[in-house]
Amino acid sequence: MTAQINDFVIKIATVNGTGSASANSLLMKSIFRSGIPVMGKNYSPSNIQGLPTWYEIRVTRDGHVARSGRVDIMVAMNAETYARDVREVAPGGYLVYDSTWPRPALLKREDITVVGVPLARLCNENFDGVRTRILMKNICYAGVLAALLDLDVERIRELLAQTYAKKPQLVDSNMKAIQLGYDYARQNFSCPLPLHVEKMDETSGYIMIDGNTAAALGCVYAGATVAAWYPITPSTSLMDAFKSFCDRVRVDSETGRRNFAFIQAEDELAAIGMVIGAAWNGTRAFTATSGPGISLMNEFLGLAYYAEVPAVIFDVQRVGPSTGMPTRTQQCDIMECAYASHGDTRHVCLYPANPEECFYMAAQAFDLTERLQTPVMVLSDIDIGMNDWMCRDLKWDDTYRPDRGKMLDKEEILKLEKFYRYLDKDGDGIGYRTLPGVHPKAAYFTRGSGHTQYGTYTEDSAEYQIVLDRLMKKWDTAKKLVPRAVIDATAGSNIGLVSIGSCDGAIHEAMSVLQAEGVAVDYMRVRAFPFSEDVERFLSAHELLFVIEQNRDAQFKSLLTLETKVEKSKLRSLLSYDGLPISSQFIVDGVLAEVRPTPKVQPLGAAHG
Amino acid sequence: MTFIAKPKIRHPSLPKNGLGFTRRDYEGALSTLCAGCGHDSITASIVEAAWELSLEPQNLVKLSGIGCSSKTTAYFVSGGHGFNSVHGRMPSIAMGANAANRNLKYIGVSGDGDTLSIGLGQFCHAIRRNLNMLYIIENNGVYGLTKGQFSASADVGTKAKKGETNFQPPIDPVLLAMTLGASFVARSFSGDKDQLVPLIEAGLNHDGFALIDVLSPCVTFNDHEGSTKSYAYTREHYEPAVHADFVPLEREITASYGPGEALPVVMHDGSRIVLRKCEDGYDPTNRSAAQVYIQERMKEGEYLTGLLFVEPSQNEFHSLNQTPDAALNSIPYEKLSPGSAGLEKILARYR
Repeated sequence: MTAQINDFVIKIATVNGTGSASANSLLMKSIFRSGIPVMGKNYSPSNIQGLPTWYEIRVTRDGHVARSGRVDIMVAMNAETYARDVREVAPGGYLVYDSTWPRPALLKREDITVVGVPLARLCNENFDGVRTRILMKNICYAGVLAALLDLDVERIRELLAQTYAKKPQLVDSNMKAIQLGYDYARQNFSCPLPLHVEKMDETSGYIMIDGNTAAALGCVYAGATVAAWYPITPSTSLMDAFKSFCDRVRVDSETGRRNFAFIQAEDELAAIGMVIGAAWNGTRAFTATSGPGISLMNEFLGLAYYAEVPAVIFDVQRVGPSTGMPTRTQQCDIMECAYASHGDTRHVCLYPANPEECFYMAAQAFDLTERLQTPVMVLSDIDIGMNDWMCRDLKWDDTYRPDRGKMLDKEEILKLEKFYRYLDKDGDGIGYRTLPGVHPKAAYFTRGSGHTQYGTYTEDSAEYQIVLDRLMKKWDTAKKLVPRAVIDATAGSNIGLVSIGSCDGAIHEAMSVLQAEGVAVDYMRVRAFPFSEDVERFLSAHELLFVIEQNRDAQFKSLLTLETKVEKSKLRSLLSYDGLPISSQFIVDGVLAEVRPTPKVQPLGAAHG
Repeated sequence: MTFIAKPKIRHPSLPKNGLGFTRRDYEGALSTLCAGCGHDSITASIVEAAWELSLEPQNLVKLSGIGCSSKTTAYFVSGGHGFNSVHGRMPSIAMGANAANRNLKYIGVSGDGDTLSIGLGQFCHAIRRNLNMLYIIENNGVYGLTKGQFSASADVGTKAKKGETNFQPPIDPVLLAMTLGASFVARSFSGDKDQLVPLIEAGLNHDGFALIDVLSPCVTFNDHEGSTKSYAYTREHYEPAVHADFVPLEREITASYGPGEALPVVMHDGSRIVLRKCEDGYDPTNRSAAQVYIQERMKEGEYLTGLLFVEPSQNEFHSLNQTPDAALNSIPYEKLSPGSAGLEKILARYR
């Protein structure tokens, strides 16, 4: 496959903290607004200023949402990474660099076109102040790309005007930098390049949003009122977004009172404690964190499981183990979340695949946690959480009302002869709960120590076991309530791909490539733990199953082998764990290597790697 | 005797409070602590205070962590919800519960291990947030359930039951709370109900974080010769510095205090704490002076008790957060969701 109009990848290498993020989002948004499907991925360092950072924009007329695994145009703005950046360009591709300073001829490649623009010089001549010059240099390359790719400069002006609505002087200076780059490129090179964009009409009904923002919005719509957290990359933006939405829509216009409580805790242990306390007391409460935070929350998660207290936890997964690479993506908390805490514990987990699902699953998580009276974890990752994804318009059904589960109000309590918190009256493993302050008859004592189904302390073996066994009955109820897997069995193949979360986009693209190669496969994307019946059926219906996930230890495969009847020998792992979002190429290569070992087929993109 | 179910005897002659409840109505399950445990006396004082205040039992939320002290929340006011959480983490549960419903009374019962070791961080941050709750430390200087290790409140030179001497300096919750800006700081002794009951009443009505550090001897592991937290030692070395009486809004101040010796402190709801100094030169409304005084007396081995510092609380969590007067858990969903029309507006910037 070769790069074509509306089908190519731009990678921009810059220095962190130099304003390149605004230039990159400006570029991406202007392509999106021209009706062309686009994907953006940010590979940033865990750093405030100075370390290398990359941004990848994939212009994709077919609407792919994953990395392809190749680079057609490299904007190499960072001297530190220049050599590797140049190497990464696909043959026939382009290199844009700042020609103010000479680059070693050594790095010159004969098979790519080099576009040198004296960006620093242009900006030094036209702007005052060191910081301004640095920032404008980056805006300037956006102007160069606008000329090379035939982007609509008016759209860029329109976007700048919206971004800087409150600081109009910034619109002018930014536009000046855009124009400098644009004009220089037009005067010195033949514009546009053969690789360029042409208007389409494929983005109406779509938005560009990141998963953390979408999840936060889901929490607003679910009616969550207590948010407690401890800052940690990459989940902080979820909480920031929740607060900013609440500042807009949750402040009483007459009284100025705020219909939410936003609490920055002293650590993750306190954050989850606050969520549990608030949910126990009848609000919808949540926290957002990442792997290290989940590690700290383990003890409390066990308490919430055993004492049957709702809680919603967003885990925006990042590279582990330990501190790992905090700004790089992985799906490495699958096992940790499934069985967090000591003793026999297991937790309901949801696995959104994109920001759209983050929104709906966030809302759903609150219904599930209250219906099931147990913590619900929503596992996204940096790719979903922090990157802007093109997704369908979010919709909200105004008839929605929160499912508060089995919560007794005062009238219902008065009708009872006696209240027992953990008694399974309905046979679904779920007891009735009451809130403090309602009626003394319904008061009970919540504890993490051994208790009977009547809610009293016990060290009696039989009484203890009744409760523990009933929790497994509740687990079976959960299987029926959690979102079902998304299954594509149209190929009717005996080969199945099985995956979760953010691998989805790459898998869809890989499937179409495989199909073209004559390898048709079925696909199941699991969306929740515990696994529903359909998961078991798909696994037993296929002879060869590729379990695709983004961690070293095949955690999802392990979970499948532990929690389903699947035969281990049918499973093959495709494991991507380099910290970058999984690419479609990786999946195509992995599947073909197994099903058609020879001869080797032409890879997607001529110069991958 | 915990195998005997507690009989619900209501003798007609038992005195009743304003709600028509007897003291028995504020009791809980039978204690499983050792006979003579100081903690049981504190439980009795809490029952007395709740009865005197005519609290609606369901409006008292009882919170605790882990340890002997933390078990006691099951032993009083069975008509109120209780939450026995995990070790050292009760303040976070209290914070969340209070965020959800600001209109209930929150009482946390903790121990010196639960508060000053594993839970020191959460304790400090609850004070920083001025979480509206009464926080009682049942302080005995020792780990009971794990059989007699020193806790972080053990004094230098105190001896363990097995003879070991402690050399590490104690963390004093009273001084710590005063340093952190707490607006209600008290110390008492489990054996002094006359002092403790009004402190509990005042603490429950204080609009912010109220701390009562109660010296509460452990009869099994820390009541021997050489211990500085034994009954005998505590009785000898505790020194009432200031007595506090709580005067609820509905009750008139009786003229039992002469002018000049009584200092009323008006609470947020108009109720009053009337302070009577027992020591000359002690000012429970001057934070820095009180701190110095307490420290100097501690050097002499004396524990000052009473309401050691109080000021009308400001910036309790909800007042800073500007939450509505109604509990957050009572806000109807319609007021929380901007609906599909609102979503349309919100999404405009993502197009």
